[in-house]
Amino acid sequence: MLDIRKRTGWLFFGVMMAQVILVSAQVQSKSGVRVLELVTFELFSRVERATSSGVSGVRDVWGNYASLRGVRAENEMLRRQLSELQVKLQEEHALAARSQKLQNLMDLRSRAGLPTVAAEVIGGNPNPGMKTLTIDRGSADGVQADMAVVSPGGVVGRIIGQPATHAARVQLLIDRNAAAGALIERTRAGGMVVGLESDPPLRMELVANLADVKDGDNVVASGVDGIYPKGFLIGRVERSERGTGLYRNITVRPAVDFSSVEEVLVVLVPPRPATRDEGVQ
Amino acid sequence: MKTAVVLIAVTAALALQTTLSGLMIGGRIPVNLVLVAVVYIALAYGAVTGMLAGTAAGLAQDALAGSIVGIGGLSKTLVGFLVGVLGAQFIVSQTIPRFVMFVGATLLHEIVFEALYALVEGRAFALQLSAALVQAVVNALVGVIAFYIVEQGPGIVQRRQMRRASFSKRRF
Repeated sequence: MLDIRKRTGWLFFGVMMAQVILVSAQVQSKSGVRVLELVTFELFSRVERATSSGVSGVRDVWGNYASLRGVRAENEMLRRQLSELQVKLQEEHALAARSQKLQNLMDLRSRAGLPTVAAEVIGGNPNPGMKTLTIDRGSADGVQADMAVVSPGGVVGRIIGQPATHAARVQLLIDRNAAAGALIERTRAGGMVVGLESDPPLRMELVANLADVKDGDNVVASGVDGIYPKGFLIGRVERSERGTGLYRNITVRPAVDFSSVEEVLVVLVPPRPATRDEGVQ
Repeated sequence: MKTAVVLIAVTAALALQTTLSGLMIGGRIPVNLVLVAVVYIALAYGAVTGMLAGTAAGLAQDALAGSIVGIGGLSKTLVGFLVGVLGAQFIVSQTIPRFVMFVGATLLHEIVFEALYALVEGRAFALQLSAALVQAVVNALVGVIAFYIVEQGPGIVQRRQMRRASFSKRRF
C-alpha cells in the first residue's frame, strides 16, 4: 500500500505540477495561444528536435562510417598509384639522365674523331684491392686489350686482360697498378700519372722541379704510352710542390667521378709501342 | 477527525475572509485568514496536511475570487508544504517562533503570488512591501491568537466553570 506520507516530495511535486498545468490552461500567451498549448508544443518540439538530432546524428555517423570505408579504399588506391607514379618518375628521371649522358658520350665521340664504341658498365670491382669495372662490349665489338676507355669527363682507364665476346674488364686510372703518360696542358710539362691508395688518388711523377706547374693546372694524356689518346683530360693539379730530388711532388684530382661511371667509350685504336711525343717537354 | 478539522478550518477562514471583504469593499483587507488557516494547519499537522490544505484553500480562494485558478493554490501549496517541513524541523511551540513563522509564510506567499501573476500577465514584478509587511504582522497576530485560543481555550472555560460552581456552593 502506497503511503503518501512517505512520498511527500513526489506528492508536492505532483500537486505543484498539476496546478501549473491548471494555470497554464487558463492563461493565453501574447499571441493568443493558450500557455498550456504553447508549453506543450514547446516541450514536444524539443522532444522532436532531440529525436531528430539523434536520428540525424546516427545517420551522420553511419554516413561518415560508410564514407570512411570508401575513403580508406580510395586512399589505398591513391597510395598505390602514387607509389607507381613515383617509381615511374624516377624511371623518367633516370632515363633523362641517361639520355643526357649518352648525348655527352655522342658529343665526345664526334669530338674525338676516333673510332669508338659506346659501352655500358655492367659490373663493378670484384676485388677490393683492384679498381676495375666490367663493360658490356667485348671482342665481338672489336674491343682488345690495352684499348683506352674514356668518358665525357675524361680518361677512365684501359682494357685489361683478354676481353670476352660481349664483355671486357677495365682497369681504372686510379688503380694502384695503373699509369698513363701525361702532361700539364698549360706548360706542356710531361710526366706520368699513376694511381694511388690515397686522396687524391692520382699522382704525377717524373715532372722536373724546374717545370712550371701550378695548382689547378689541367693534366691531359700525352699519348706517349701508346694507349690513351693524346689530349684527353686526366685531371687537375691539386697540389704541386718542389721535391727533395729531381722531381716535383704533384697530386692530381681525377676529372672523372669514378663512383658514377655508367657509360663509357672504348677507343677502338689498337695500342702501339710507347714513343716519346714531341709535344712533351 | 483531522480531515474534518482541516475542512472546517479552511471553510471557516474562507467564509470569514469573504465576509470581511464584503465589509470593506474597495479597500484592502490587511489580513489573509485563509493563509493563516493554512499555516496553522501546517504547523499543527505537518507538511502533507499543510500542503493539501494549502492546495484546497488556495484553489477555493481562486475560484471564489474569479481570478486564475491555481495561482493562489500554487502559492499556498508551497507555503503549506514549507511551513510543515520547517515546523517539523524546529520547535515552534512558543509564541515568538510561531509569530516569525507566520510573518515569513505571509511574505513568502505574497512574493510567490505576485511573481506568478507577473509571470502569467507578462508584467513586471511589483510587490508592495509595506502592505505585505503589515499583512504579515496582522496574519502573525491572528495566527498566534488562534493558537492561544485553541490551546488555552478549553482550560480557560474549564476554570471559569469550576469557579462558577464553587461560588454557587458558597452562596447556596
